[in-house]
Amino acid sequence: MASKQIVSPLPGTFYRKPAPDQPPFKEVGDTVAVGDVVGIVEVMKSFNQVVAEEAGTVTAFLVDDEDAVMPGQPLVELDG
Amino acid sequence: MAFEVKKPGLATTVQDLGRPGYYHLGIPLSGAMDQEALIAANLLVGNDAGAAGLELVFMGPELVFRDDALVAVTGAELPPKVDGAPQPTWTTFTVKAGQTLSFDYLRKGARAYLAIAGGIDVPVVLGSRSTYALGALGGFQGRKLAAGDVLPVGAPQRQVPAGRSLHVSLRRNGLEDPAVLRMLPGLYWHRITEAAQGGFFADTWKVAPEADRIGYRFKGGNPLEFVPREPPFGAGSDPSNIVDACYPYGSIQVPGGTEPIVLHRDAVSGGGYFMLGTVISADMDLIAQLQPHKPVKFVPVEMEEALEARAERKAEIDKIKAALA
Repeated sequence: MASKQIVSPLPGTFYRKPAPDQPPFKEVGDTVAVGDVVGIVEVMKSFNQVVAEEAGTVTAFLVDDEDAVMPGQPLVELDG
Repeated sequence: MAFEVKKPGLATTVQDLGRPGYYHLGIPLSGAMDQEALIAANLLVGNDAGAAGLELVFMGPELVFRDDALVAVTGAELPPKVDGAPQPTWTTFTVKAGQTLSFDYLRKGARAYLAIAGGIDVPVVLGSRSTYALGALGGFQGRKLAAGDVLPVGAPQRQVPAGRSLHVSLRRNGLEDPAVLRMLPGLYWHRITEAAQGGFFADTWKVAPEADRIGYRFKGGNPLEFVPREPPFGAGSDPSNIVDACYPYGSIQVPGGTEPIVLHRDAVSGGGYFMLGTVISADMDLIAQLQPHKPVKFVPVEMEEALEARAERKAEIDKIKAALA
């Protein structure tokens, strides 16, 4: 199966969880449907959801929680 | 003429060259953060330099045009697409009635400017069509664009062909790494120690993710150490506080001595934080193109150099005007 990537639409700070005390949106091995939220990018005091445009299974997170990210930077790798 | 907003982007606002003359009443300049880029976009499509366009921040909108329109995108490298087909930046192209203008992800810079022949025809408020979102003033209903908004476009002023381009040498969208902001130390410079003065220029700062049109915040440098003082009446005990004063556009305040904030086009006009000095006017447009986490250094200059830089920038804009006359 070809691997696909979900890229960051924005520059900012990447978060894997909806809130500090909640579990991550997705873990490695989880399935992702089109429209699923896989993380959040914070910029200009607003939190913006990163939404999957393709379906698949998460094989890897390419950045860590709270990492600085750039637009177009791959965040999540999907298989399938 | 009109277009409809299908997806608004992150913080897309109507901006022209701003609303000077009311800052003493607390109403800021507003207007395009990168004035030169908006001027270039307007002149490309045959508008007057100060027509209203859209400021696109980090992520572009999706716009459906109801009529044929000639447009141009300048500033940050935010690649435009018409019905999915890539279009050049700094170059005019046509969007036909029913077609969708969208944008690929940001490649370089932070803010792109979209000019449409005829200009965006929102009401003029206090002499400007610029959006001041914090005050719900001007622009489209005083706010950033939302899905479903329909924006009116004026009648084109001049006939200009598609494919008209601004020469690469006149496009300013590259920034050094680190970016350099020149500043004039100001009235309160003496409030920090000599070591802190040297450290402020020696440190490499990084754009904080919360930086916006109101102020550009920087972090990552060492906290500034203050010269001890007896707090003057009304200043309070925090050493970064002063007796309330005017805040110039471009002034650099450092609340608590930790994170410098350069006030930009939607800033408040006064308050009680000391200011290190002021970023020179020639470098204010550059700030518009700084992405979060971008490394930045501040460099001190004298008034003479600041005035020379201002004259050079005006000459650059004159070259753009001559090239697109």
